Amino acid sequence: MFGDYSLGDLGAILAMQGFAGLILFSVYVLMALGLAIIFGQMGVINMAHGEFMILGAYVTWMTSTTVQHYAPWLFPGYFFIAMTLAFIASGSLGMLVEWAMIRHLYRRPLDTLLATWGLSLILQQAYRSVFGAREVGVELPDWMMGSWQATDSIQIPINGMFVMALTILITIAVSYVLFWSSWGKQVRAVVQNRVMAGAVGINTEKVDRYTFGLGCGIAGIAGSAFTMIGSTGPTAGQLYIVDTFLVVVFGGAASLLGTIASAFSISQTQSTLEFFMSGSMAKVITLLTIVAILMMRPQGLFALKVRK
Amino acid sequence: MSSNKSGVLMSDETNKGLNSPFRRKLLMGMAALPAMTMLPKASFAQAPATSAVNTTGLAVTDTEVTVGILHSVTGTMAISETGSVQAEKLAIEQINASGGVLGRKIKFIQEDGASDWPTFAEKAKKLLVNDKCAAVMGCWTSASRKAVLPVFEQYNGMLYYPTFYEGLEQSKNVIYTGQEATQQIIAGLDWVQKTKGAKTFYLLGSDYIWPRTSNKIARKHIEGHLKDSKVVGEEYFPLGSTQFNSVINKIKLTKPDVIYAIIVGGSNVAFYKQLKAAGIDLSKQTLLTISVTEDEIDGIGGENIAGAFACMKYFQSLDNPNNKAFVSAFKKMWGEKTVIGDVTQAAYLGPWLWKLTVEKAGSFDIDKVAAASPGVEFKGAPEGYVRIHENHHLWSKTRVGKAKADGQYELIYETADLVEPDPFPKGYQ
Repeated sequence: MFGDYSLGDLGAILAMQGFAGLILFSVYVLMALGLAIIFGQMGVINMAHGEFMILGAYVTWMTSTTVQHYAPWLFPGYFFIAMTLAFIASGSLGMLVEWAMIRHLYRRPLDTLLATWGLSLILQQAYRSVFGAREVGVELPDWMMGSWQATDSIQIPINGMFVMALTILITIAVSYVLFWSSWGKQVRAVVQNRVMAGAVGINTEKVDRYTFGLGCGIAGIAGSAFTMIGSTGPTAGQLYIVDTFLVVVFGGAASLLGTIASAFSISQTQSTLEFFMSGSMAKVITLLTIVAILMMRPQGLFALKVRK
Repeated sequence: MSSNKSGVLMSDETNKGLNSPFRRKLLMGMAALPAMTMLPKASFAQAPATSAVNTTGLAVTDTEVTVGILHSVTGTMAISETGSVQAEKLAIEQINASGGVLGRKIKFIQEDGASDWPTFAEKAKKLLVNDKCAAVMGCWTSASRKAVLPVFEQYNGMLYYPTFYEGLEQSKNVIYTGQEATQQIIAGLDWVQKTKGAKTFYLLGSDYIWPRTSNKIARKHIEGHLKDSKVVGEEYFPLGSTQFNSVINKIKLTKPDVIYAIIVGGSNVAFYKQLKAAGIDLSKQTLLTISVTEDEIDGIGGENIAGAFACMKYFQSLDNPNNKAFVSAFKKMWGEKTVIGDVTQAAYLGPWLWKLTVEKAGSFDIDKVAAASPGVEFKGAPEGYVRIHENHHLWSKTRVGKAKADGQYELIYETADLVEPDPFPKGYQ
C-alpha cells in the first residue's frame, strides 16, 4: 500500500498516526483513571462508571446551552466551567451512591458488581426520561474545533491535544493527591490494612466515601471532555465501559502506573493495527493479545505487592 | 361507498322505462348521494357489518379496530425508534379524524420492544394472539424484524416495517415502507459519479449485516457498472466504536474521491466530530452517507457534518404541499423542536397504507389485506406518491440531500421516476 507515495507523505502520515495513538492513549487513561482509583483502592467493581461519565457529558451540555442563552460572552471559555461542574455533579452523586448502596456491600465484591450494574440501568433510564431518548449535540467554541496545521501535510486535531493536556494535568493531580497529601496517605493506609488504619484513628468510612467520590468525579470530567470526540446520549456510557475495564484489569488492579502503562500499550497496539487492517480485526487481535498476556500474568502488568 | 354504487345501479334498472330527461335528473340526484357519506357521522352509521369485514376473529368491533405499535421506547434503540412511534400515532390520529377505517376508529395498543430482540418476538406474539391486532406498525432494526418474522408468519399477522434495510427478504405478512438497499444505493452512486466525476471510493461501515450488505451492493455497482471506478478501501468498525483517527489517516493517505459512510448510532457522532477535527473539509471532500438522517444530525451537530451528502427518499425540507402539511402537523403534535428523518416519514406511511389497503380489500382479514396490497397507492405521502409493489416493498423516488449547518438537508437531486424495489438484486449478491 505504500508504493505510490512519496517519503514526505509517508512521514506526515507516520506523524499523524503517532498522534492518533497518543490521543487514544490519553482517552484511555482519562476513562480508566476514575475506575482504577475505585477498583484499585476500594476493590469495588463499578459497572456504572460509564453512566457517571455521561452525567458529566450532560452537565457539559446543560452548561453550554445555558451559557449560550444567558451569557454568550462566556462561551469561548465555558468548557472549563463545565468540567468543574461535571466533577462536582458526578462526585456528589458518587458519594451519595456510596452512602446509600456501596458501603453496605463492601465485603461482597460480586454483589457490588450486580448492584452497580443495576444502578447503571437505572441511571440510563433516568437520563432517557429527563433528557429524552435522542442524543444531544454539545456545541463547542470555535477554537476547540478544527486542527492545527503543523506543516503542509501534518494536521493535528485540536480537541485531541486538549484531551492530552487534560489527561496529563489530571494524572499529575491524582498522583499528587494519592502519594503526597495526607489524605492520600490515609487512603493507602486503608487499602493496606483497614482494621489497623481504623485503630490508629483514621475515619475509614469517610475515606471510602471521598475516594469513591473522587473516582466518580474524574469520570465526570472524562465524560465532559469526551463530548468533543463522542456522542452524548442515555446509553453512550456503555460505549466506554468495556475498554475501561480492559485497561484497568490489564494494568493490574491496584496500580496507577500499571493503568497508564496498560493504556499506552493497548492504545498503541490498537491504533497501529487499525492502520494496517480493518477496525474490527484490529479490535479482535488486540483483545486476543490481552487475553494471552493475562493468561500468563493474571495479576496484570503491574501488581502492587501487598502482604495478605 | 359500495352500497351507494349498487343503489345507483338499481335505480338505473328500475327506471329503464322512463324517458331520458327525467332519468338524467334522477341520476344526478343519485350522484349527489356519495357526497353525503363523506360526512363522518353518516359514514360511521353506514359502516359495513363486522361479520362481513372480519371473518377471522381479529379485534374489530362495530365502532373500533385495534392495531399494535411495537417499537423500543427504552434501551439503546429508543434514540431511533421514538420518531417512528410519534409518526405512527400522528397518522392514526389523522385517520380517525377523517372517519377511520371502514367506518371504525383505530385504537392502538403500544408495546415496548426494549431494544431486545427476544422481547420483540414475545410482544409480537402478545399483540397477535392476545390482542388480535388487525395490523402492527413496528420494529426498526433488521435484528428485531428477523426476530418477529416467524411470529407474524405463524400467527398470520400484518407488519408495517418502516426502516430502510438491506433487502434479501420478502414476506406475505410484511409491508416494507422503507427502501431496500438497491433503492438507496444505486441512484446515489450514479449521481455522485456523474456530478462529481468520482473514480475512487472508500467504503466505511459499522460491523453488522446492514452496512456489510449495503457496501457489498455498492462495491458491485462501483466495480461492475460505473466506468473506470474502483474501491480503494473498505472497513468496518464494531458497533459503538468511538475512535476513528487511524482510519481518517488512511483516508488522508489514499485520498479517495468519495467517502461512502454507513456508520450508525453513537459511532456516527464520534466519526463526524473527528473527521472535522482532523481537518477534512466536507465542502471539498465528497462524503456520501446512507445512514445519517435529520434525527442523527441532532446528536452530531449540524456544524460538524455540513457539506456531506445523504442518499434517502425523504428529507424534512422537501418542498411539496403534502410534506408541508405533514411537518406542521407533526410539530404541532410533538413540539416545535422535533426533527423528522427518513424513517419517521416511512413510519407515517404504515397506518395510511394499511387503511387504504383495507378499504380496497373491503375487509380486515389478513389474507385479503396481503392479497390486496400490491398496487395500493398513497397520493398523500409526504415524500410524494408511493405505490406498493408485488414484492410488498414500495415504489419510491431516491433523493440526494446536502447537509446544512442548521441540521436540515437541502435537496440536490431526485430520480425522475419512482425506483422499483428489488429486494433480491441479480448480480449484486
